[in-house]
Amino acid sequence: MTRSRGLHTLYISPLKALAVDIARNLETPIAEMELPIKVETRTGDTPVSRRQRQRRYPPDILLTTPEQLALLLSSDDAPFLFSQLRRIVLDELHALVTSKRGDLLSLGLARLWRLAPQVRAIGLSATVAQPEQLSRFLVPQPNGERKSADIVVAGGAAAPIVEMLDTRERLPWAGHTARHALGEIYDLIKRNKTTLVFVNTRSQAEMLFQDLWRMNDDALAIALHHGSLDVAQRRKVEGAMAAGRLRGVVCTSSLDLGVDWGDVDLVINVGAPKGASRLMQRIGRANHRLDEASRAVLVPANRFEVLECRVAIDAVAENAQDTPPLRTGALDVLAQHVLGCACGEPFLAGALYEEIRTAAPYADLGRTDFDDVVDFVATGGYALKTYERFARIKQDKNGRWRVTNPKVRQSYRLNVGTIVEEAMLKVRLVRSRGGGSGSTGAIARGGRLLGEIEEYFIEGLSIGDTFVFAGEVVRYEQMSEDQVYVSRANDSDPKVPSYMGGKFPLSTYLAERVRNLLADKRAWNGLPEQVRDWLSLQAHFSRVPDTRELVVETFPRGNKHYLVCYPFEGRLAHQTLGMLLTRRLERARARPLGFVANEYALAIWGLGDMSFMIRQGRLDLNALFDPDMLGDDLEAWLAESALMKRTFRTCALISGLIARRFTNEEKTRRQVLFSTDLIYDVLRKHQPDHVLLRAARADAATGLLDLRRLSDMLTRIKGRITHRELDRVSPLAVPVMLEIGREAVYGEASDELLAEAAEELVKEATG
Amino acid sequence: MNAGGNFREFKAAVASIASLDVAGVTLSADLSGALFWEEQSLLVVSDLHLEKGSSFAARGVLLPPYDTVATLSRLAAVIARHDPKTVIALGDSFHDRTAHERLSAADREAIAALQARRDWIWISGNHDPALPSDLGGIVASEVAIGPVVFRHEPTGAAGEIAGHLHPKARVATRARWLERRCFASDGERLVMPSFGAFAGGLSIRDDAFSKVFRAAGFMAHVLGDSRLHTIAASRCY
Repeated sequence: MTRSRGLHTLYISPLKALAVDIARNLETPIAEMELPIKVETRTGDTPVSRRQRQRRYPPDILLTTPEQLALLLSSDDAPFLFSQLRRIVLDELHALVTSKRGDLLSLGLARLWRLAPQVRAIGLSATVAQPEQLSRFLVPQPNGERKSADIVVAGGAAAPIVEMLDTRERLPWAGHTARHALGEIYDLIKRNKTTLVFVNTRSQAEMLFQDLWRMNDDALAIALHHGSLDVAQRRKVEGAMAAGRLRGVVCTSSLDLGVDWGDVDLVINVGAPKGASRLMQRIGRANHRLDEASRAVLVPANRFEVLECRVAIDAVAENAQDTPPLRTGALDVLAQHVLGCACGEPFLAGALYEEIRTAAPYADLGRTDFDDVVDFVATGGYALKTYERFARIKQDKNGRWRVTNPKVRQSYRLNVGTIVEEAMLKVRLVRSRGGGSGSTGAIARGGRLLGEIEEYFIEGLSIGDTFVFAGEVVRYEQMSEDQVYVSRANDSDPKVPSYMGGKFPLSTYLAERVRNLLADKRAWNGLPEQVRDWLSLQAHFSRVPDTRELVVETFPRGNKHYLVCYPFEGRLAHQTLGMLLTRRLERARARPLGFVANEYALAIWGLGDMSFMIRQGRLDLNALFDPDMLGDDLEAWLAESALMKRTFRTCALISGLIARRFTNEEKTRRQVLFSTDLIYDVLRKHQPDHVLLRAARADAATGLLDLRRLSDMLTRIKGRITHRELDRVSPLAVPVMLEIGREAVYGEASDELLAEAAEELVKEATG
Repeated sequence: MNAGGNFREFKAAVASIASLDVAGVTLSADLSGALFWEEQSLLVVSDLHLEKGSSFAARGVLLPPYDTVATLSRLAAVIARHDPKTVIALGDSFHDRTAHERLSAADREAIAALQARRDWIWISGNHDPALPSDLGGIVASEVAIGPVVFRHEPTGAAGEIAGHLHPKARVATRARWLERRCFASDGERLVMPSFGAFAGGLSIRDDAFSKVFRAAGFMAHVLGDSRLHTIAASRCY
């Protein structure tokens, strides 16, 4: 068999679309100059025949994704393919490295450095907070030391012109829709050639798109672009964009990264920017030329977001970045990689360990952790050694680990990657049962398929709630195992306004700047009058938080008592805090009933008069907020936490304990489906230090529970709590109070909830 | 203040057992998922699925090997609580035909200890149609006591107590869904929840249940954290 030479350059990007875009941009000059260079892409969409050909006759330049690289490395051809490799280009490096995908990529790089010692890696990024630290990703880390790559800073870009929309309308107290500014957004689109309108969530995009069309008297060509739209539809929008046929596109982060869609002259960012780097990335979509300034307008959706927009604009002016720091490599990703290695050439544990530690995220990996991961891949890593005969990888007589049977290899190939899709439910449109939410009995099954929706979103709904889906307002009627039945709703105002305000938490950096802004009264002059008045009222009636303190307010309202605090640490950390404080308040007999969190504040309510208890010395706020809540209380809560179970599920899938995708032969066997919740419960009890539980706990620190941020905050405010006893809600508390009833109460007292549901239904039935 | 705490514990203890009527016989549904017939001193558990972990492991899915010990220790706790004269394991006690061969010596001894001083009946199920005699107890395909018949797979007959379907209920509460195992009954027949640590569940809105409970109304007795909740099946999903 004749083979060409191997690859010369490997280009890796976080998005398929970006790889395709760059390939197009390379092919044109290559053709014009008639260079003998072959450029090809390889993504999940590449046909099998082409992928096979690429392995035998590789192009000179291959543009691909981290998952495809992992697959190539796990094949027998890897040494041939990569031994001649000279260059690796990692595009949008900041987006690649700050996730588990980055962990997987770093392990791939470590392998490439061994297969092709001559190779040099180049990382590209326009938004990096700590280039020095990030650049470690690009060079093999020598044993026990830190090594960085050379850093080249491209200068000369014109500073962007960013403004906040100075609305003529009344600024809302809460919410994320920015409906008040619709007319002004529409005018901006009308006055410019092509405008990108960024929002933070898919449902916001849907809603804004609808609203804009409702007022589109000039029939401006306005399109919608987000990740869960059908691929064909997205390509159509992208094509129309590139051809300059669109006046506006409402989009989510699906258009965040470097793809060049033609001549955008204005970027509008609706809602909170969440992070300085994220905002700069979005602003960069306008006017993709270095010598001209990009123009952007920020549209805050509520008063708190005004503060966030203000500090984000300042950060952009200073070119201050806030991308997250380099990660510590996850153990579940390592498990996937170890299995991948065994699928290729057999390996010696010691040599693989040394190789893995050249990857920056795994530079500090301990030998015990590594050995535990190998043990996990082989037989599950259980203290009870009963699975030797079922091992997936085994050592041969030379001590080299190899796969025990071809099915293991097949399953690895099907399940490679770190992106775990949310469980999705099919949404079907049926006719309403009519009546209130209390009607009983089954509704007609079947119905037209509208699309798919995340299970967790439906989980937060009650029957009868209305929400926007696929461009319509629909009413949640019923669900069965994997289907959600909705009917067309007549109301134009959906009851559930958004997917919980967005999935990106407010960056620590912006949060700190917001705190500084609040504390500095002179800086308030840069804020709109409405916001200034709001803060002045807060200063008068209660207290505006200083930079390092935590302000806690207690007040009665209705027949309940409220405690509101302002940590500014993002919704995830606040939810975790709310959960832990509720447990403590329960023990202190303050009889808490529930809590609600937003990006800035946390409100807890209950039957006990917390103001009175504090006055009497029966409730000590310093003890309530003591960081020791992250000990036993946290452990006890994690045991039952639905969020923790979701985190564990991700680790179980990525590590390959449970398969996500099955071969056709397996698909017919229903037994392959298995609830990871049951595994979590059993494992937690019988082997609490199992490697997957360790991986899940590490994820919880930065993921859905944001424990690290919570712990930093608790340490920061220790001994710095300022309490205000009020006779009514304070101006600053209004936004979070308005979220009550809008967002689901995130209690975990399941018996109370079940009892309530049962009682309510009894009342309905008998009343 | 102490009184409040004690009262709460007392309430929890009472509520962890709910009484159920099947074909005129009064039974207690235990929070663990077991059923106790006090008059007969009879305890019933269904679908233990012992050695399910190792059964998956043999096919390459390395589930934790702790399910048998977890299930048996829960069973030991409920037996200690009721000290029944007779125990019925209502079928699918073992996950596959050779599962009993994979039992560890310790688990074997645990089973023998539970069987001491009482009658033990293994009802055969579709997962374990042929159980060996060296497991102790007797093997039967069904048992009739008074107006009640115990068998693995429900047929819908009146007076029948069966397992096999692993009923679970999903309840929409104010805050979010909760999904739990449950007893399903219309007063004439009953389907027991699965007891095994690795036994999953089937929604009581699945068609399989409408075949058993032909009349529209049946109730889910949902296993909460410290009490049982009775909710009409039509309101679960």
